[in-house]
Amino acid sequence: MATAEVSTQKTLKVQRFKPSDNPTNTFLTDEKGVWAWMTTVDHKKIGIMYLVSVAIFFAVGGALAILLRTELLTPAKTFIEADTYNQLFTLHGAIMVFFVLVPSIPAALGNFIMPMQLGAKDVAFPKLNLASFYIYVLGAIFTFIALAKNGLDTGWTFYTPYSTQSTSSVIWITMGVFILGFSSILTGTNFITTIHKMRAPGITWSKLPLNVWALYATSIIQVLATPVLAITVLLLTMEKWLGFGIFDPAIGGDPVLFQHFFWFYSHPAVYIMIVPGFGIISEVISTFSKKTVFGYWAIALSSLAIAFIGFLVWGHHMFTSGQSAVATTVFSFLTFLVGIPTGIKIFNWVTTLYKGSIKMDTPMLYVFIFLFLFSIGGFTGIMLGALSVNIHLHDTYYVVAHFHYVMMGGTLIALLAGLHYWWPKMTGKMYNETLAKISAVLIFVGFNVTFLPQFVMGAQGMPRRYYNYVDQFTSFHQTSTIGSYILGVGFLIILYYLMQSLFKGAKSPANPWNSRGLEWQATSPPDFHNFDHTPVIIHGPYDYHQPMEEFQLGLAVDTNGHDPESAKEIIDEERDQWKNYSLG
Amino acid sequence: MGRLFDFMLPEAKSPTADSTDALFHFINEASLVLLLGITFALIYFAIRYRRKSEDDKTPVITHNNTLEVTWSVIPLLITFVIFGWGYTGWLNLKSVPDNAYEIQVNGYKWGWNVKYENGARTLNEIHVPEGRPIKIVLSSSDVLHSFFVPDYRIKHDVVPGRYTYVWFEAEETGESQIFCTEYCGTKHSDMLAKVIVHTEEDFQTWLEQNGGGLEGTPVEQGEQLISLQGCTTCHSVDGSQGIGPSFKGIWGKEENLADGSTVTVDENYIRESILNPGAKVVKGYGNVMTPYEGRISDEEITNIIEYLKTLK
Amino acid sequence: MANHSHAHPTHLQHHFVDSDQQFEASKMGMWVFIVNEILFFGGLFCAYIVFRAWYPELFTMAAKELSTVWGAVNTVVLIGSSLTVAMAIRSAQKNQKRGIEINLLITIALACVFLLIKYFEYTHKFHLGIFPGESLYTYEGIDHPLAHVFFSIYYMMTGIHALHIIVGIGLMIWIYIRARRNEFSSEYYTPVEITGLYWHLVDVIWIFLFPLLYLIE
Repeated sequence: MATAEVSTQKTLKVQRFKPSDNPTNTFLTDEKGVWAWMTTVDHKKIGIMYLVSVAIFFAVGGALAILLRTELLTPAKTFIEADTYNQLFTLHGAIMVFFVLVPSIPAALGNFIMPMQLGAKDVAFPKLNLASFYIYVLGAIFTFIALAKNGLDTGWTFYTPYSTQSTSSVIWITMGVFILGFSSILTGTNFITTIHKMRAPGITWSKLPLNVWALYATSIIQVLATPVLAITVLLLTMEKWLGFGIFDPAIGGDPVLFQHFFWFYSHPAVYIMIVPGFGIISEVISTFSKKTVFGYWAIALSSLAIAFIGFLVWGHHMFTSGQSAVATTVFSFLTFLVGIPTGIKIFNWVTTLYKGSIKMDTPMLYVFIFLFLFSIGGFTGIMLGALSVNIHLHDTYYVVAHFHYVMMGGTLIALLAGLHYWWPKMTGKMYNETLAKISAVLIFVGFNVTFLPQFVMGAQGMPRRYYNYVDQFTSFHQTSTIGSYILGVGFLIILYYLMQSLFKGAKSPANPWNSRGLEWQATSPPDFHNFDHTPVIIHGPYDYHQPMEEFQLGLAVDTNGHDPESAKEIIDEERDQWKNYSLG
Repeated sequence: MGRLFDFMLPEAKSPTADSTDALFHFINEASLVLLLGITFALIYFAIRYRRKSEDDKTPVITHNNTLEVTWSVIPLLITFVIFGWGYTGWLNLKSVPDNAYEIQVNGYKWGWNVKYENGARTLNEIHVPEGRPIKIVLSSSDVLHSFFVPDYRIKHDVVPGRYTYVWFEAEETGESQIFCTEYCGTKHSDMLAKVIVHTEEDFQTWLEQNGGGLEGTPVEQGEQLISLQGCTTCHSVDGSQGIGPSFKGIWGKEENLADGSTVTVDENYIRESILNPGAKVVKGYGNVMTPYEGRISDEEITNIIEYLKTLK
Repeated sequence: MANHSHAHPTHLQHHFVDSDQQFEASKMGMWVFIVNEILFFGGLFCAYIVFRAWYPELFTMAAKELSTVWGAVNTVVLIGSSLTVAMAIRSAQKNQKRGIEINLLITIALACVFLLIKYFEYTHKFHLGIFPGESLYTYEGIDHPLAHVFFSIYYMMTGIHALHIIVGIGLMIWIYIRARRNEFSSEYYTPVEITGLYWHLVDVIWIFLFPLLYLIE
């Protein structure tokens, strides 16, 4: 405690830097060409490369889903064989989980936005960031090799001993997932370090945007959970390859142990997928209601609470598996505890709207859709956490519907909110608002038509991963299939108008939504170094009661790598609007 | 009766369903109230506080501890109730009444072998008396399966290498559907079975008629065995294509194997293929059959061989 | 923030404000990575704990096949190398270029000794028919149906650890080359420091592996 010293207070000379609406130099105009993109260490370009990859994988996973739903139009064979169907649902799950949901928000949008929200020029380890991307690509290559060979028919959960006995290319996929895990681990490591060490002057923990808090919580989960997935799939590979005898009961192993290992990662993994979505919701809801987020600390800390409690609930996937009764009881109890912070978030977001100035632009529309769908996902999660009811609902379509409401209605809708929110920032172009709203409504309708019937047929007893089904479920399946087509059309419209925007879209101003967020105080698209000054933050990111000018401050003299003493000499006394600002 | 979400559940046919259903309805109704509240608030705020001009000023409302505590504690208390409720219901599912009638069920790819106390055996049918607690002891001979009867709200994974159990008490005669709910391969969705509920008298009669093992000549026994043991799930007897080679005309046939060699189908080949099917796999078929080592006696194998000889 | 007499040092990457930030970020990154590694090995330790709890007699019997002497020698070797890598960092802080180089070379040499001993341990077992996995395992000297499971865990744990040693040797060769090129000084020795951190981790993991695998009574 250096109470006697005043030197902990430092005075910065700040100046207003109003971002230009017509930037001449942006990260898109610097370093052009395919090679420059492929070797870039710029977090924005890497973020966009992730976004494109995720979009491609989403298209593949989505097409698989449409095939699955089409097959399910009639019981027994509609147009594909049972073995093909089993491969399709496995791939749909594996691709959507490992290649879309896990990297979607943190690695794509997070990579682009997070350093800007911190006022940093880049993440802490830019080369590592690029490496993470290529590791992701390598994991994808392994997966495609598996597809080209014998495919995969184990379900994305790889339950033993089915997976150790399966003749499909399990080893290629598990190695792919192993590699992919490292991409996730390195991104998490990079983000944690960035958030700790790369914040611009004035960004204290209490002024951290909630998106950054969410990414911080996500990164913690990534760092703590993913290594366990890595070791699990490595052990599974060895089990299959050499017969290790750890998971396969025929040679001395225990299949329930595999489930413990698998869910120790894969349950926290659902928080890796959803928590970054929470961050986006907080950002968008504040911008489009022009209001401070209600309960900033409640939202920030509940993300961390979810991150930690999320590690203690993996056993709720195993209530019927034969795990011990004590474990089952404890896991059920903890499952309810993890529901509380999620509920707190929803209440805080809704309250944020109170007395706001609400504009229903597309990102906000998606936030509303999110709040509705994710609430249903949450409530049905409570249902599944209840022990006796879980016994009935486990491994039925009820569970399928539940995690689609959480993962698609939650994560993916949040991703769409974020994509529409930050699209002008990333591309410098606006999109067709009318088409955007139409597709949002289509997606909302299609989604509910697809998945609401699945709750009912699941509770009626329809098991998941079924190629064939008993006649009583036909009408539910057909409704669901029709819904999936509507969803498909919705996504095609999005693809259409985003492409249109990219090539013919109207020029976006630097800050089209009049947000107070730091990322909006750069040009659209941003400069190669994000800001051509070092931003200085004096207000919280949601202080809409403060004038815009005070969110556009930067160091009057950039001392980056320079000696502040000599920098003094460069100060141009002629510049106006300088202020002295003390940082605590 | 007459609850809002009744349409979601199949008719309950066992006391094991009572607590589950009550809780299911409670959570659904409570959730609906909350969901309507949230939705109403969203729509109301969106209209009431819509943006009138870009210069709108909004009040600075940062937080409210009373509210935060309220909406943390109340849901917490509700979830505690749900936890306790679910826990007691689950305890009931776990505690088999002492007088329960025990039936052995073995899951394999892809069917359910059922054995009764007096040696009676059935495939994909569990015959039970009404009004008596039934304990089903589950085992698996290959991969994970899961035994699910929606009408009774019971489910348990069937794990190779260990025994698990469920119990129920059928309230009236009739049939209830059994599903396999743990993914187990090609015919996972065809791994169906039925609980057939008889009156106590009918059940005793049925049990006596089917007890004491198989009867008839070796060929007749072999014919019954291949369906009881589930062989016909994958191997047809009429020459049609299945997951495994058809039994029609198999005796004495030269089979091309996956490793390029050939083998003549004789007693020893059939015996080996039953006990250790992976040893010599016929070309064009996957190595997916469950080994029958320990599940079938030598006499039964002999009877099956005798029957196969007749399938010209 | 301390004043820096050197304007724009060459080691400073463009996106950092100053050397302090760069150093702290690198160090923190390595610490987070170490947490990762601990969780990674943690999964293996869990498998170990579970199987040891289920089959305690298997572990006592099978551990007798491992050479406590060579395990102990390797422990000493690794602890020694941790000391020398620490001394390399100390030398860097004191601007002693020779010190960095010599200490790194000793560390590399010790790491190679460790691997060599491990190599002899492995080949000895292979010779007996003790291979990882049920399909290759042929040794009959342990009267337990699940003997292969113990050695699966053994090979997995020590194998992944050995892989970390190999990566460490690679890192230290790279650091050595950079030291030869005069890249490090008391102003900038971040790579030496974080490689040292990594090496300590590898050492610590072995200190857990040794008693868990070799010293079971």
